[in-house]
Amino acid sequence: MTKYIVRRLLIIVPVLAGISLVLFTILAMAPGDPFEELATNPNVPPEVRMNLRAQFGLDDPIAVRYVRWFTSMMKGDWGFSFVSRVNVETLIMQRLPTTILVIGSAQLLGLLIAIPIGVYSATRPYSLFDQIATTGAFLGFSLPTFFTGLLFILFFSIYLDWLPFIYRADISASGWRWWWEHIRQAIMPVAVLGLFQAASMTRFMRSAVLDVIQLDYVRTARAKGLAERVTVVKHVVRNALIPVVTLVALQVPTIFAGALITEQIFRVPGIGSLLISSILANDTPVIMAITFVFSALVVVFNLVADILYGWLDPRISYR
Amino acid sequence: MQEREIRELIGQVKTGRLSRRGFVQMMVGLGLTAPMAGQMLAAAGVAQAQTKVPYKPTKRGGGGPLKTLWWQGATLLNPHFAVGTKDQDGSRIFYEPLASWDPDGNLSPILAAEIPSQQNGGLSRDGRTVTWKLKKGVVWHDGKPFTADDVVFNWEYAADPATASVNIGTYKDIKAEKIDSHTVKVTFQKPTPFWADPFVGVRGMIIPKHHFEAYKGGKSREAPPNLKPVGTGPYKFADFKPGDMVKGELNTAYHMPNRPYFDTIEMKGGGDAISAARAVIQTAEFDYAWNMQVEDEILKRLEQGGKGKADIVSGGNIEHIQCNFTDPWKDVDGERSSLKTKHPFLSDPAVRQALNLLVDRASVQEQIYGRTGIATANFLNQPARFASKSTKWEFNVDKANQILEAAGWKMGPDKIRAKDGVKLKMVYQTSINAPRQKTQAIVKQAAAKAGIELELKSVTASVYFSSDVANPDTYTHFYTDIQMYTTTMTQPDPELFMRQFLSEEVASKDNKWQGRNITRWRNEEYDKLYKTAEAELDPVKRAALFIKMNELVIQNVVVIPVVFRPRVAAVSNTLRVEQSGWDSDFWALHSWYREG
Repeated sequence: MTKYIVRRLLIIVPVLAGISLVLFTILAMAPGDPFEELATNPNVPPEVRMNLRAQFGLDDPIAVRYVRWFTSMMKGDWGFSFVSRVNVETLIMQRLPTTILVIGSAQLLGLLIAIPIGVYSATRPYSLFDQIATTGAFLGFSLPTFFTGLLFILFFSIYLDWLPFIYRADISASGWRWWWEHIRQAIMPVAVLGLFQAASMTRFMRSAVLDVIQLDYVRTARAKGLAERVTVVKHVVRNALIPVVTLVALQVPTIFAGALITEQIFRVPGIGSLLISSILANDTPVIMAITFVFSALVVVFNLVADILYGWLDPRISYR
Repeated sequence: MQEREIRELIGQVKTGRLSRRGFVQMMVGLGLTAPMAGQMLAAAGVAQAQTKVPYKPTKRGGGGPLKTLWWQGATLLNPHFAVGTKDQDGSRIFYEPLASWDPDGNLSPILAAEIPSQQNGGLSRDGRTVTWKLKKGVVWHDGKPFTADDVVFNWEYAADPATASVNIGTYKDIKAEKIDSHTVKVTFQKPTPFWADPFVGVRGMIIPKHHFEAYKGGKSREAPPNLKPVGTGPYKFADFKPGDMVKGELNTAYHMPNRPYFDTIEMKGGGDAISAARAVIQTAEFDYAWNMQVEDEILKRLEQGGKGKADIVSGGNIEHIQCNFTDPWKDVDGERSSLKTKHPFLSDPAVRQALNLLVDRASVQEQIYGRTGIATANFLNQPARFASKSTKWEFNVDKANQILEAAGWKMGPDKIRAKDGVKLKMVYQTSINAPRQKTQAIVKQAAAKAGIELELKSVTASVYFSSDVANPDTYTHFYTDIQMYTTTMTQPDPELFMRQFLSEEVASKDNKWQGRNITRWRNEEYDKLYKTAEAELDPVKRAALFIKMNELVIQNVVVIPVVFRPRVAAVSNTLRVEQSGWDSDFWALHSWYREG
C-alpha cells in the first residue's frame, strides 16, 4: 500500500510538469494583450506599453518565460497579476473563502437532496415518486445554470423582490443581521448550483442503491426480520455510498475552482469570477496559477479517491 | 468657421447676447471640446463660470451607505497605474487632482485654491509656465498636511520611466518646482496652449509623497499604499479586493464644508451591464451604475419600473468608419496596407464620397443606439449652415449612384460596379458587439443598392483591440478596406486626438503598428495646420486651426462618423449626482447626496 502511494506520488511530478507546460504554451500563444486598454487610449504613448511589456518580460521567447515561471513557482513565488500588480497568491486567498463557502454549501445541499431522494427512489423503483424524481433529475441537469440563475433572479429578485441578486462578500453588519444578510444573498447561487449537482447525484445514488438492494445479503437481512429502515440505512446505503464517496472526492477540486458562470451571474467574488476576469484581461500569471492549482488538485484528489476506495472496500487491493 | 467669426461669437458672449452655454454647444458642434471652448472664453476675459454643483445637505455625513456598481471592478487603486476608467474611478474616491473638468468644460478647483489664468498671474504670456496656488488646510487621511512637495513628487514619480506609470506621457516633458509650501510652478519645454493636463482630471490625481517616496522607480509595484490608498478625497479607505470591491468611509476632515453626505461608499465590481442596470433602475438594490452599454430599448423598458433612470451626458467618443488609403491585399516587404501601395478604388474620392452617402445614420440611431448614440457628422461641412443640425449629414442612395456613375464606375451584370476591371468589393471589419453587427448590416444593405458589395467581418474585441504585432486582425494592422470602431477622446483637448491623421503617425511594420494614423491618409496641408496649431498660443486661432483640420478630414472622407456615443450611467431616483463627460464619473463625488 505504502509502495503504491509513493509510486503514484512520484508519477504526479512529471504529470504536473507536463500540464504546466501545455497550459503555459497555450496561454502564451493565445492572442491578446494585457495592456489592450492602453493601446486604444490615445493619451498613452506607445512607449509606455512597450516599456511595460519589456518590464513584465512579455517580449521574451516562450521557452525563456516558461523556465522563469517554472523556477519561481518551484520556489513558491507565483508571480504577480499584470492587471492589479498584486501577488497572485494574495488575490487567490482573497477569493477562496467565498468560493469555498458558496460552492461548499452547494455541494452539501446537493448531497442532502440527492441521498434521500436517490435511496427512496431505488427502494420503490418505477413508483410514482421515482417517476417524478427521475423527471426532476433529467430536467435539473438539462437546464444550464446560467438559465436557472436568470430565472431565479427574474422571479425572486425582480418579480417578488425578496432576495438580492448581487452577492457582497463583506457585509457591514454584525450579529444576527450579518448572518441573515449572508444567508439571504447566498440562497440563490447556492440553490442554483446545489440543485444542478443534486440532479446528477440523485441518478447516481439511485443506481448505486439499486445495484446493492438486489444482493443476497440484503435478502438475508430482510429474512432475519430486520426492519426495512434498518436494512436500508445500515446495510444498503452504507455499501451504496462507496462509489458516491469517490464521486464526491473527485468533485472537491471544483470547490476550489468555483463555478464560472454562476459566480458571474450573481457577482460572487470567488475564484471562478477571478478566472473569468483574468482571462478577459489576458492576465497570464493569474490564469496560470488558478488553472495549475486546479489541475494539481484534480490529480491529487484522483489519488485520494483511489485510496479511499480501497479503504472503504477491502476487496480492492493495490499493487 | 474662421477665426474672425469665432471672435465675433466670443464678443456676443461678452455682451451677453449669446449665452456661455450656447457658445460651448456651438463649438462642440464644430468638433471641438467643451473644455477647449471654455478656455477660449477664459482667455478672452469672460470670467470662468463658477462650477455650481447643487448641494443641499447642511451637515457632513448622516447619509447612510452609497452603493455603486461597476460591471468591471477596479483592479488597482494607484491612479498612476490605472489601466482603464474603472481603475481611475476607484482611485478617484480617495485621491483628488488640483482641478477637475465640469460638464461645461470649465475647470473646477479641487485641491487648487484657484484656477490659474493670465489675470491672476497663474499663466505666463509665453505659454510656458503655469503657477498653481494650492488650497491651504488640506490634510491627508493620515493627518499629515498636503503641500507643494506632494505635487512636485507626483511629477517625479510619474515621469520616471522605471515607475512605469501610464501617465508618463503627461509628465515626462514638463518640470514642476516648488515656489513655497503652497505654490507650484509647472514649466513646459515649449509653449503649450493646453496647459491644463498635468495635475488635472483623471491623470492629475495626487498621491502622498510620505507614503510613496520609498517606492519611486523600479520598486513602484511593491508600495503597500497601492492597495491601501491614503488620499485627500471625501472618503477614507476601508477595504479593497481587486476586481470585486472598493470600500470607503466618511473622511471627517474633508476640506469642503458639509461634505461628503454619505457615511460609507461601496464600489462593487463584476457581472454585466444589463444586470447592473437592473440592480439600479429596476430593483434599486444599488444607487449608481457606471457605463451602461445597454441597448436603449432595454433601458427604456427598465425605466418604466420607476426606481431609477439613465443619466446621459455627452463626451468625446465617436463611432466611425475608416477608409484604408493603402492596398490591404498586396503584400510588400512582409506587410499589407503598406505605404508603398495605393488602394485600388478607395483612393478615388468619388468612391469615398459615395460611401459617406450610404451610411444611414438616422436608422443606426433609431434602430440601434437610441439615446445612447446620436447620429452625427461631428465635423463641419458647410460653415454657414452648421447651426442647422439636419443638414450636417446625408443619406442618399441616388446621389451615391450618380457620383459613382460620373466617376466612371459602371454597373456590371452582377449588380456590382466596376472600372478597368476593378470591382467595388470591400471587406468591412469591426469588433464583435451586437450594435456593431447591426450597423454593418444597415450599411451593407444600402451599399448593395449603389453597386458596392460589402463583405462583413467581425473580430473578437480582445484580438481586434490588442497590440499584438503578430496578429493581422488588429485594428492597427487594418488589413481590410474599411473598418469601424469607437475612438475615445478622453482628453478634453483635441491635440493628441487629432494626431491620428498626421503623416508621420502612419502605422506600419517599422513602428510595430504603434502609429496612430490607421487610415494611412497623408496630407501636407493637414500636417502643416497641425504643426501651426501645436505652437499657437491664442486659443481662438488654435480653435480655428482645429476646425480647419476637421474640415479637411471630412471633405476628403478619410473617416465617416456614424454616431456620437454619450456617457450613460444608471442612477437611482433618490440620488443626486453631477456628471461630466470630460472627467471621471466620481469627479464630483464630494457633492453626491440623496433626496426624497
